[in-house]
Amino acid sequence: MLLTVDLALLLEKLILVIVVVFTSLGIAMYTTFAERKVAAILQDRRGPNRAGPFGLLQPLADGMKLFFKEEIIPNFSSKFLFILGPALAMLTACMTSAVIPWGDKVELFGRTISLQIADVNIGVLYVFGVVSLGVYGIMIGAWASNNKFSLMGGLRAASQIISYELAMGISLIALLMITGTLSLKEMVVQQQHGYWNIVLQPLGFLIFLVCAFAECNRTPFDLPEAENELIGGYHTEYSSMKLGFYLFSEYINMFVSSVVMATLFFGGYDVPWFDESTLAPNIAAIIGVTALMIKVVAFIFLFMWVRWTIPRFRYDQLMHLGWRILIPLALFNMLATGGVILYFNK
Amino acid sequence: MNITTIIFILLSVMALGSAIMMITSKSPVHSVLWLIIVFFAISGHYILLNAQFLAIVNIIVYAGAIMVLFLFVVMLMNLNAETEPIKNYRLQLVGVVSGCSLLLIIIMALNRLDVENVVEMKVGDGGLIKVLGMTLFKNYVLPFEISSVLFLSAMIGAVVIGKKDMIADKK
Repeated sequence: MLLTVDLALLLEKLILVIVVVFTSLGIAMYTTFAERKVAAILQDRRGPNRAGPFGLLQPLADGMKLFFKEEIIPNFSSKFLFILGPALAMLTACMTSAVIPWGDKVELFGRTISLQIADVNIGVLYVFGVVSLGVYGIMIGAWASNNKFSLMGGLRAASQIISYELAMGISLIALLMITGTLSLKEMVVQQQHGYWNIVLQPLGFLIFLVCAFAECNRTPFDLPEAENELIGGYHTEYSSMKLGFYLFSEYINMFVSSVVMATLFFGGYDVPWFDESTLAPNIAAIIGVTALMIKVVAFIFLFMWVRWTIPRFRYDQLMHLGWRILIPLALFNMLATGGVILYFNK
Repeated sequence: MNITTIIFILLSVMALGSAIMMITSKSPVHSVLWLIIVFFAISGHYILLNAQFLAIVNIIVYAGAIMVLFLFVVMLMNLNAETEPIKNYRLQLVGVVSGCSLLLIIIMALNRLDVENVVEMKVGDGGLIKVLGMTLFKNYVLPFEISSVLFLSAMIGAVVIGKKDMIADKK
């Protein structure tokens, strides 16, 4: 039999999946809290401080409120698709974490456990594939709502995500030309022994960052929901926890794209100027995971900082930036990278 | 019957069932969604054949980009049963004839197949990205480059057609 799997390995992976998914959910939960606190600080307010010490229980209170709210499904909408929309949004948001190396390896009960759920040899493409599917949750929900504003939001989301995917893909190609591998794990190992990819690909990182903002529908690219023109865009008709899923998947996406950027360009779980291989593997793993999380928190803060600093783009400006600026820049970056590689290999 | 055969049968049922649902469903949006499921099933087949690169590219290109555009157009045009043009008798006849001839060709092709060994799992590594790249750029460079030029010309053609409408509007 071909698919015979070691039972212990199955159990190990299952535990890893549960831990990773629940960690992402937990972090996303507190990201909603952090967003409100950061917004408050940037606007010289106090932010939520009533539920629990320093308002720390606020996300729980928000979640409870969403669960207990009345659920309304519009009359003329397709009910199955209406429910499928937020479910898909949540699913695609959680799927990416499968190929991310969270740390090197730990030794427990005499087993060496790799802190990565699946080290497939097409890692980066898998991430890209899941990102490209992310738009379905929004589009299906928007169409099923049977509402003009929702449909407008959904169409905006689709065109925006397709447009920015192109530039993102081209900037990734330049990165892949340097690393010569699609496996995220190997990329991190390469960065441990050499320079971080940000040094080699500064322009590529900038393009990737802008595209990541657009793919997450974060301000300044939050046109799909644009509350003052579309009353909430694709989730106008949604209420209770279905709305919660849509809002929450945005925060999971933000967390996951921060992890991806940290892994691709900032060395993943690598600590700069420090050789982890001399330490015991478990301690090295803890240090590695902590280093990755610090990088991720920095990225999430950047996401929020930008949201509360830069106003929303106009629609034509968004398309102009995507097609006339980012794609030519990404193409130039790819050509320049190829030229440099060719020159040094000779 | 081992696990791979079971998975193969499951995927095939999924692919064929969704394909039939795609053709028979009344709403164009539902058709598009069924077609997306077909692509996922086909990608599953690719993975069974150890062609991971093909599988993921199939997802990215077809499910992730082309079908989004399809869905986009279908939603934008808001096609309903009432607005659908009534096809005349002659068109239906043409459809039946061309469909039957395609079926005939497929049956003839399948006829020559070694039925015992239809399901070959994990044979070779032809679908892995490294092998695929080597084959493409060593043995098939010319066809590869010609097809890329074809793509480029199609892209330029699309832009020209789009621009023509804009220029006509300005006049």
